[in-house]
Amino acid sequence: MEFPFRYILTVSELTQEIKDILEDKFPEVWVEGEISNLRVPPSGHIYFTLKDDFSQIRAVLFKMQARNLRFLPEDGLHIICRGRVSLYEKRGDYQLILESIEPKGIGAFQLAFLQLKERLEKEGLFDAANKKPIPMIPQKIGIVTSPTGAVIQDILRILERRFENLHILLYPVRVQGEGAFSELAEGIKYFNKFTDVDVIIIGRGGGSLEDLWAFNEEGLARAIYHSKIPIISAVGHETDYTIADFVADLRAPTPSAAAELVVRDKREIKNTLHYLEGRLEYQMIQILKGYQTDLSHLRKIIKEPGKKIEEHFLRVDDLFNRLRLLFSWTFKRRREKCLHLSESLLLRNPIQRVKNLRLFISEAKKRVGKNINYSIEIQRQRIGGLLGKIDSLSPLSILQRGYSITRKHPSLQILRDASTVKEGDKVEVKLFRGTLLCGVEKTEKS
Amino acid sequence: MRMPKERFEDSLNKLEKIVSKLEEGDIPLEESLKLFEEGIRLSRLCNQKLDEAEKKVEILLKGKNGVLKPNPFDTSINSGKTPLDDPEKEGEE
Repeated sequence: MEFPFRYILTVSELTQEIKDILEDKFPEVWVEGEISNLRVPPSGHIYFTLKDDFSQIRAVLFKMQARNLRFLPEDGLHIICRGRVSLYEKRGDYQLILESIEPKGIGAFQLAFLQLKERLEKEGLFDAANKKPIPMIPQKIGIVTSPTGAVIQDILRILERRFENLHILLYPVRVQGEGAFSELAEGIKYFNKFTDVDVIIIGRGGGSLEDLWAFNEEGLARAIYHSKIPIISAVGHETDYTIADFVADLRAPTPSAAAELVVRDKREIKNTLHYLEGRLEYQMIQILKGYQTDLSHLRKIIKEPGKKIEEHFLRVDDLFNRLRLLFSWTFKRRREKCLHLSESLLLRNPIQRVKNLRLFISEAKKRVGKNINYSIEIQRQRIGGLLGKIDSLSPLSILQRGYSITRKHPSLQILRDASTVKEGDKVEVKLFRGTLLCGVEKTEKS
Repeated sequence: MRMPKERFEDSLNKLEKIVSKLEEGDIPLEESLKLFEEGIRLSRLCNQKLDEAEKKVEILLKGKNGVLKPNPFDTSINSGKTPLDDPEKEGEE
């Protein structure tokens, strides 16, 4: 471009020219690069530098467009952007004004999922300690899912089969699309606030990551976390994992599996109870039997006190009888003996004896009396006779006849032999009258 | 309302513990009898709880005044009602 004479531009004029050129040339570009120097001021606009190994360019994603972002832009993230080139006069910077950005090499959804998962995990929303136990016998079950489709049918069918008397409350929602996550969250809040269900099942059938996206939304995750009622998440297929699955108190691989997890088969529980009762009874019987055996065993060793007392009674009575008999017999005998003795005694009565004797004596006296006179006469005669004899024999009579008794003097030894004296001895001669004291003049033997 | 339902697990656990305790042995007779009675009581209680619940399948729908109310839900037919928006039929299995 040529100027006929020197045309001096102002900075603004130059800048404007450049801006026009840029905007004309690059009304829409797709650029690939790495985020750095990311800044998000309170305004909500996202400023960063897009760079590669050799160059860099400033970029901005205004709040309006940023709203649609599913993921969080981060430094180091490789992205593909769509936008236009422009120039910011105030600073003399050219920049990319972006319409949208996408992570490179990974889906936006996937990235968003990973970012949210990491963030919530750090916050502790997935912690096992927060998970509430699912009640074994929920009598009221809340379900948040679509009222149409196979999912609710499957769940209901399985529940009916396992446990026929359940109270099931369905909070119908959309399970995909814009705002579906809000409805799901509302369902949870409703059950918490207005009902007394024991457990909540939220879920849907299988689908793409985008289809399941409602269950990856932060809003739903927080609603699940704050629920006082335990929640079972049942999303898609076995291999699908959503944020809701991580936050929930229990994850079921499929909605049908949720129905099986939420309640045990009623018959199975009844069987268990029956079995336990059986063991209980059996054991009790065993225990009682054991004690019974002990008891009868002991009984054999120890006689019943009642019996023993009876035995004693019998014995005592028996002894008493015998004693009584013995006593009366002995008594009788003694009595008899006593009588006998007293009779004997009576017989030997001294008074009687004396009487008898007296009688005897008087009898004897009488007899003696009779004989005594006779005897006395005879004795008299006898005595007279004897006296006569005595007289005749008496020395005196002999002396009378003229004999004398010569006795030695002084010994008075009667002398019969003359040789017993010698001449000169003294002798005493007793005469019938008087005594002579003589001396021996001469002795002669005859 | 939640308390008596939670007790089912507790009752069942207690029952199992009682059976184990009795089977271990070495318990005085009086205590055995007490445990036995308690065990039977727990078992009856559990059985009762199982049969207690009433069968009902309901769907919450907005009534005339805008408040959600339970309505009988016919499982044999697809009731396409939701309280909030039209049901989303695509993408579901």
